[in-house]
Amino acid sequence: MSEIIPIGPYHPLQEEPEFFRLHVEGEHVTKLDIEIGYNHRGIEKLAESKSWDQVVFLVERICGICSTSHPAASVCAMEDLGGIEAPERAQYIRTIVAELERIHSHLLWLGLAGHFIGYNTVWMWAWKYRESVCDILDKMTGNRQSYAMFKVGGVRRDVLDEDIPWFKKELDGLKPVLDMFKGAVIDDPVIHARTKGVGVLTKQQAIDYCVVGPTARPSGVPIDVRKDDPYFAYDWVDWDIVVLEEGDVFAKAVCRVLEMYESVKIIEQCFDKMTPGVIDLHVKELPPGEGIGRAEAPRGEVYHYCRSDGSNFPARYKVRAPSYVNIFSNEVACVGEKVADAALVLAAVDPCYCCTERLIVVDHDKNEERVLKANDLLRLSHERTKEVRKELGV
Amino acid sequence: MSERRMTWKEIQKKIHEKYDDKILKWFEHNENRIYVDIDPSDWIEFGRFLFNEFPTRFIIASAVDTPRGGIDILYHFDFLNLPQVFSVRVFVKKPELEIESMAPYIKGTEWIEREMNELFGIQFKNHPNMKHLILPDDWPEGNYPLRRDQ
Repeated sequence: MSEIIPIGPYHPLQEEPEFFRLHVEGEHVTKLDIEIGYNHRGIEKLAESKSWDQVVFLVERICGICSTSHPAASVCAMEDLGGIEAPERAQYIRTIVAELERIHSHLLWLGLAGHFIGYNTVWMWAWKYRESVCDILDKMTGNRQSYAMFKVGGVRRDVLDEDIPWFKKELDGLKPVLDMFKGAVIDDPVIHARTKGVGVLTKQQAIDYCVVGPTARPSGVPIDVRKDDPYFAYDWVDWDIVVLEEGDVFAKAVCRVLEMYESVKIIEQCFDKMTPGVIDLHVKELPPGEGIGRAEAPRGEVYHYCRSDGSNFPARYKVRAPSYVNIFSNEVACVGEKVADAALVLAAVDPCYCCTERLIVVDHDKNEERVLKANDLLRLSHERTKEVRKELGV
Repeated sequence: MSERRMTWKEIQKKIHEKYDDKILKWFEHNENRIYVDIDPSDWIEFGRFLFNEFPTRFIIASAVDTPRGGIDILYHFDFLNLPQVFSVRVFVKKPELEIESMAPYIKGTEWIEREMNELFGIQFKNHPNMKHLILPDDWPEGNYPLRRDQ
């Protein structure tokens, strides 16, 4: 019996509404159609009518979770266009903001993944401890999200020296939390059973689909813009890139947990190495030409390309978000999985949970249609966890 | 992970050796941002050479409508662990706006070619799955949001 199961696209829970049509043979997924564009806002077109300064604000609105990675790529592109090098202190501050964002974004994903598997404690804890990261960002930038810190040639606000001990204390408080999550993910037999060997993206597939970030690295593709094409202060601090080989959902989760440790390491070094100095070059205009900027967002490489005709507005502004390539890889990662696992695989690239909002099962043989809601998908997943628990006797 | 990676110099040399006569222009904005111009008829061969010969990653393609009677398509590549971004520029002329699709050879180009088709009206020949990506299916035909001449 062949069925088609559409998932999505309404009521975005996280970001980016998508629509998935699962072709199902019995319990297993045989094919996946993906449709995007439900929330297309025409930002590239809009950018052509904004001044260079405003573009940085505009692209900050692309994503609400990793709101600083687009401005990061944006200032990199504009500085590449103008041959500008931001002051050292500004680069350290930029790095700190970008890494704090990575931690809170990964914690958010971890929480949602926990919720989906049926581990609501993980969900509550991850989001509780995410608050302390948001507090640091709040004190440093004035905002919990959409920090508006970056501008061409520097940053808008300085980090006050008297605040740094408090930032460090909060970061220290995060370390035992990360240990706890590491233990929760790596040692839990149920999480192993639910995620190991599920949704495998092989190295070759990762290369073919040109995936990036924590979708590529767990599949054995060692790419990270922070290392490959260092921007900001990433070249001046000591840290490691996390690469795993398995390519399954488990590897993706472990990759994210281990990356948070590296982020803490980077932030601490930035605080230690930062010296007093100017934070802004007050760039007035950009020359005609082309600029390319890349930044490693929590979900992978963000890529911005801009072309200037010498006026105050970009002639063309192109944005490539990491999910654009990562979501496409679900086309292969999902095939062969159970329906109860498919939604978890779709979420493992960290796109959004809106895709689990609505689900229609079309039974061709009986010519009938049943509609399942987000809760039904959650129920399916929770039941699967219960089954696994029973099998394991825990 | 012990495989030895090629250096940028080696890659550069190999590209020059094989395709020097087909590269219309080689421009280095700075040491990490390289732009080369290629004739549309050489693009598929050159693109496949880039993707298969080196450890290369296709990043994305940017289309830019120009006042020169056509559209610039920049296919951006990087070489995995190197800082260089290698942008291959092909100029497709109006009004045909036709170019061979890269999607049969590099899977990762499938979506962006669909996007360029609907936003710019570029026709990709032999594309395996040409339908709307981000615009709704009932979008008026022949209406391309990012074109400057409309």
